[in-house]
Amino acid sequence: MDPFVVLQGVAAPLDQSKVDTDQILPARFLRRPRKEGYGQFLFRDWMDDPKFVLNQPVYKNARILVADRNFGGGSSREQAPWALSDYGIRCVVAADFGDIFYLNSLKTGVLPVALSPELCDSLRKQLHDKPGATMKVDLPAQTVTGPDGKTHRFEIDAFRKKCLLQGLDDIGITLQHEASIAAFETQYRQRFDWLFHGNL
Amino acid sequence: MGRTLYEKIWDAHRIVEGDDGQTLLHVGRHLVHDGSVHAFEFLRDRGLKVRRPDQIFATPDHGVSTQVHKLEAIPDAEQRRVVKLLDRNTKDFGIVHFALDDPRQGIVHVVGPEQGITQPGIVLVCGDSHTSTHGALGALAFGAGASEITHVLATQTTWQRRSKTMRVTVDGKLPLGVTAKDVILAIIASVGANGAAGHVIEYAGSTIRAMSIEERLTVCNMSIEAGARAGMVAPDDTTYAYLKGRPYAPTGTAWDRAVAYWRTLPSDADAKFDAEVSLDATQLAPMVTWGNSPEDALPVTGAVPDPARETDPERKAYMERTLRYMGLSPGMALTDIPVDQVFIGSCTNARLEDLRAAAQVAKRGKAKVPVLVSPGSTQVKLAAEKEGLDRIFRDAGFEWRESGCSMCVGMNGDLVAAGKRCASTSNRNFVGRQGKGSRTHLLSPAMAAAAALTGRITDVRKL
Repeated sequence: MDPFVVLQGVAAPLDQSKVDTDQILPARFLRRPRKEGYGQFLFRDWMDDPKFVLNQPVYKNARILVADRNFGGGSSREQAPWALSDYGIRCVVAADFGDIFYLNSLKTGVLPVALSPELCDSLRKQLHDKPGATMKVDLPAQTVTGPDGKTHRFEIDAFRKKCLLQGLDDIGITLQHEASIAAFETQYRQRFDWLFHGNL
Repeated sequence: MGRTLYEKIWDAHRIVEGDDGQTLLHVGRHLVHDGSVHAFEFLRDRGLKVRRPDQIFATPDHGVSTQVHKLEAIPDAEQRRVVKLLDRNTKDFGIVHFALDDPRQGIVHVVGPEQGITQPGIVLVCGDSHTSTHGALGALAFGAGASEITHVLATQTTWQRRSKTMRVTVDGKLPLGVTAKDVILAIIASVGANGAAGHVIEYAGSTIRAMSIEERLTVCNMSIEAGARAGMVAPDDTTYAYLKGRPYAPTGTAWDRAVAYWRTLPSDADAKFDAEVSLDATQLAPMVTWGNSPEDALPVTGAVPDPARETDPERKAYMERTLRYMGLSPGMALTDIPVDQVFIGSCTNARLEDLRAAAQVAKRGKAKVPVLVSPGSTQVKLAAEKEGLDRIFRDAGFEWRESGCSMCVGMNGDLVAAGKRCASTSNRNFVGRQGKGSRTHLLSPAMAAAAALTGRITDVRKL
């Protein structure tokens, strides 16, 4: 995963609530090898609409998406944040996120930032007023700076923040606990021995 | 203070807990399917091995053909490739695999409980959002994406933060014609599509207690549609009776020890939940969705809502674009909505009791529109055929197929064409879910069969 520290870039307003992961990356593209890239399929069915925000030339290099309520609900497909990050979008601001999408994004190097619905509305309005305006996302400081220069704080889990800042993937961190994991497994297999009968 | 079912399972699987609240949990059971291909690829790329193959079970479901369970019958080359890779990955790593030609194949969320792999008190993970289904047996079960699945394959653990708890209490006897599907649609309509975000739901109350395991599986299945991390029901005698004798269930003295442990799992009387929701089952009617979110569920006696009457601008905009997409007008009676086809299947509603309910209705007429029935597993299919349900469906003009995810997600070629409207027993009515431009109305198996016989959304109680 590429580290995420500070991101400054063009932000695109997406005026729609309930953007589920079926919209972000339709199911028919899910089985492509990861290495072939998913960026060209981001919002694939919405891209047919010339009025769709990401079809506007001013948002060609958008790095941030400012959405509305309930972004990324539905399917657990990690391909949704893959499509965002392959396209170049490394941060999504929304009022609330689908639980699995939120976790998948953090593991993919896409930063989900939850702000109040009113603040999301205000940021999108500013972006409409000044198309192509940039925003700044500062992960160490946990702040987002809108086009108006005002800075807003967001919350993030300390562990996930550390992983993002250093581009760490958590398998390496977990394996540092090898002794605890092995000891736990031994007692688990004794305590719940019935789980291990049928398939031995 | 007492602990909830969720907290008891959490405590029994906790390996280490960081100062920041991140906790490393052991994963008791892990289920994989053809979509797990990316996780296996990531694992191989990193030169890692599957840590605990004997805690993993596999079966292909998303991409399989429902015409015939043969690899060459899968029309799409990528789907064929990943079903084949599941076979190779499970062989290479020594994982039990109920392959395409195995009588135990099926939708992973139907197979887990059916085989007794899903058991009370375990943490169960699978790379699919409907993993919440398994909570019906008193497991803590949740879905995850490819990176997390790679982590589980490599370490048999998952990093989690403790969720908040929500108890949804449903009391009273369900009126005639009202099913588990209607209960969960009513709950989602009440809580909202992301209303349970950050929470694990425990379903409680006399209605849930009176439900069979298959009905509880339907309820827990759609917990994710309310945004919950997981949904669960405390194990009871119904659970133990269901599990006893299943292939991977404990036997002999191990069974007795297991049941003794399972009996300690239900939430303590003084356990506190962060949120409480209650529902009166006696007031429920068969439900149907009109929009593109599972929360858009209404009693079948209702009408398509009018955006003009909506004061919240965000909600109003949602309703306007949704009615355009769905081709519906405000005020239209739900029972005036014609359907082009019907799908009876999916991890929500394709178990034996679901097929019996649909067959009861199918008996009473002939299909006016194409109907696809895909049993949730090959075991369900065989059991249904033994009872003659396949003949009832065929006599009514319903198409009887093999098991798989099929038209719920449309990855295997079973699609709803653009602009076509499908009455579906599945779990999502998102834009394009059953195929680009498809229109989905979610309902119960009995309601789906009723729609098949009339060619429109129909109140099964009045058929």
